[in-house]
Amino acid sequence: MSQIRAEPMLRARGVNKSYGALKVLLDVDFQVAAGEAVGIVGPNGAGKTTLFGALAGSFPITSGEIYLQGQNLAGTSSGERCRMGLARTYQVPRPFLGMTVFENVHVAGMSGAGLSSADAAAEGADILRDTGLLALANRPTAALGLLDRKRLEVARALATKPHVILLDEIGGGLTEAELGALVDLIRQLQASGMTVVWIEHILHALLRVVTRLVCMAEGRVLAEGNPREVMAHPEVQRAYLGSSPE
Amino acid sequence: MTKTPLLGMASADRRLIWLAASALAVLAILPAFGSALAVDKLTYLFILIMFATMWNLLAGYAGLVSVGQQAFVGLGGYAMVRMVDAGLPPFPAIFIAALCTGVVAWAMSWFVLRMKAGEFAIATWVIAEAIRAMVSFDPIIQGETGTSITALNAYAPEMRRLTIYLLALATTALMVWGSWKLLQGRTGAEAQAIRDDEEAAASVGISTFQVKQRIYILASIGCAVAGTLWLASAITFQPRTGFGVQWSVFMLFMVLVGGIGTFIGPILGALLFFALQEIFGDFGAWYLAGVGIVAILFALYLPRGIVGLWLDKGRDEPLTMRKRLGI
Repeated sequence: MSQIRAEPMLRARGVNKSYGALKVLLDVDFQVAAGEAVGIVGPNGAGKTTLFGALAGSFPITSGEIYLQGQNLAGTSSGERCRMGLARTYQVPRPFLGMTVFENVHVAGMSGAGLSSADAAAEGADILRDTGLLALANRPTAALGLLDRKRLEVARALATKPHVILLDEIGGGLTEAELGALVDLIRQLQASGMTVVWIEHILHALLRVVTRLVCMAEGRVLAEGNPREVMAHPEVQRAYLGSSPE
Repeated sequence: MTKTPLLGMASADRRLIWLAASALAVLAILPAFGSALAVDKLTYLFILIMFATMWNLLAGYAGLVSVGQQAFVGLGGYAMVRMVDAGLPPFPAIFIAALCTGVVAWAMSWFVLRMKAGEFAIATWVIAEAIRAMVSFDPIIQGETGTSITALNAYAPEMRRLTIYLLALATTALMVWGSWKLLQGRTGAEAQAIRDDEEAAASVGISTFQVKQRIYILASIGCAVAGTLWLASAITFQPRTGFGVQWSVFMLFMVLVGGIGTFIGPILGALLFFALQEIFGDFGAWYLAGVGIVAILFALYLPRGIVGLWLDKGRDEPLTMRKRLGI
C-alpha cells in the first residue's frame, strides 16, 4: 500500500447514502493523497458512481463527512466544490447540447477556474488540442459521437483547473489506440501534480495509471491497496469476478 | 500557452449594428414629423420588443419557461397606480414601480426557482392569478372595474404621447443593448449551460441558483417597465387586463416565431406580430385566427422560427451569440 500523507487531498469518512430503505453507500471510508492516482473497481451497482456523486456534491449524503484539502465540504454546493478544485466527469456524457464543443469548455474555464473570457478561450483551445477535440471546436455538441462526447467530458472537467479529477468510466467503448492516448493524457495530468480518481472496468488501462486500487461491492469498500494484491483478494474475486480463485 | 483567439464579430453583423444605431437616431426624431397615430403604434411596437427580449432571456437562454410574466406586468401597473396615488409624479413612478416589482420577483424567486420545467411554468401562472386576485381586493382598484391614472391627464396629450414614446424607445434600446452585453458575458454562457443540463452546469462551477435568480429578476423588471409604459399610454388599469395571461401568450408567440434562444429572433418575432396585428387587427375574431394560422405554419415549415432561414442552411443567424474559436 502506498504511503498516505497526513493531510489527504480528498477524504470521505463514514459516508452513507440511502434512498428510502435502499442503502447505496454504507460507511464508506476513502482517501486520496495529493498527486496520487487511485482506481475504483467493483461490479455494477457497487456504489462507485454514487460515491463520485457524494464527493462532488451532486446530492446530499445521509451521513458522514467529506474533506477536500482538510476542509469539511458539508453544506457546500456542487458548484462550490468545483471552484475549490474538485472536478468530475459523468459515466453517461452530459454535454451542454445547445452549445458548441468550444463553448462547453469555455464556460467551464470561466465558471470553474474563474478565468476571463479571453483566458478561458486560450486555455480551452489548449485543452481541446490535448484531448484531440480541436478540429471539432466549433461543432455543435449534439453532432458528436459517443467517443468525442467522452473526450469532451474530460476536457470540460480539465477546463475548471482542478486539483482532483474524478473520472467515471471514460475508457468504455474506446479502441486500444484511443485508450492508449487517453492513458497517456491521464498520466500527464498526474505528472503535472493532479490527483486522479478513476472508476474503470478496463483494468489493463487502469493499472497503467493508478498506484492504488479500491474495490467496492454492495455500497462498501471491500479492499484497498496495491492493485495486484487487491485483485487477488478472495472477496474481491468473488464480488467482482463472480468466483474465488481455486 | 498558444493564444488561440476568439473569432471577432462578422462584418455583416457590424453593419447591422450601425444600421440599428441609425434607425434609433431616426426613431428619436420621428415624432417631429410623424403622425400621432404612428407615434402610438411605434410605442406599442417598442413595448412588444421589450416583452419578447425579456421572455427570450428567461426561456430561451436560461430555460425558465414562464407563463406567469403577466404577474410583473400587472404588478408594475398596480405599483404605479399606488405611487401616483401617494403623490409621486407618474413618469418617475414608472421606473420606481418596476424596481419595486423586482423586489417582489426576488422574493418569489426563492420559491419558484426550486421548481423545474412544467412545475415552474404552472407555478408562475398560478402565482400571477393569486396576485391579480389580491390586487383586485385593494379598494383603490375597485375590483375588476379598475382605476385610471388621472394624474397623467395633467399633461397635454401631445406632451404625454411624446414622453411615453421617448421613454419606450430609450428603455427598449437599453434593454436590447443590456441583454446583448449580458449574453455576451459569463452570465450568458452560464445560463445556456443551466438550460442544457443544470446538474452538469453545477459540476463545472456554475452557481446555478444565483444565475437563474439574476435572470429571473432582470426579466421581471424588464416586463414591469414595458407593462407600466403600456399602462401609461392606456391610462386605465384593470386587473384582468394587467394580469391577463395574454401577455405571456404574446411573448411566447413572438419568441417562438422569431427564434428562441437567439438574440435577433425575438426582435424579428415582435416585428412580425406587430405586422399581424396591423393586418388582421380590424377583422375581429379573424385576427386571432390569423395569428393561429401563422403559428401553425411556423410549427410545420419553420420550427426554428425566422432565424431558421439561416440556421437550416448551417449558417449562424445575424448577431449570433455563438463564440467561435479561430482554428
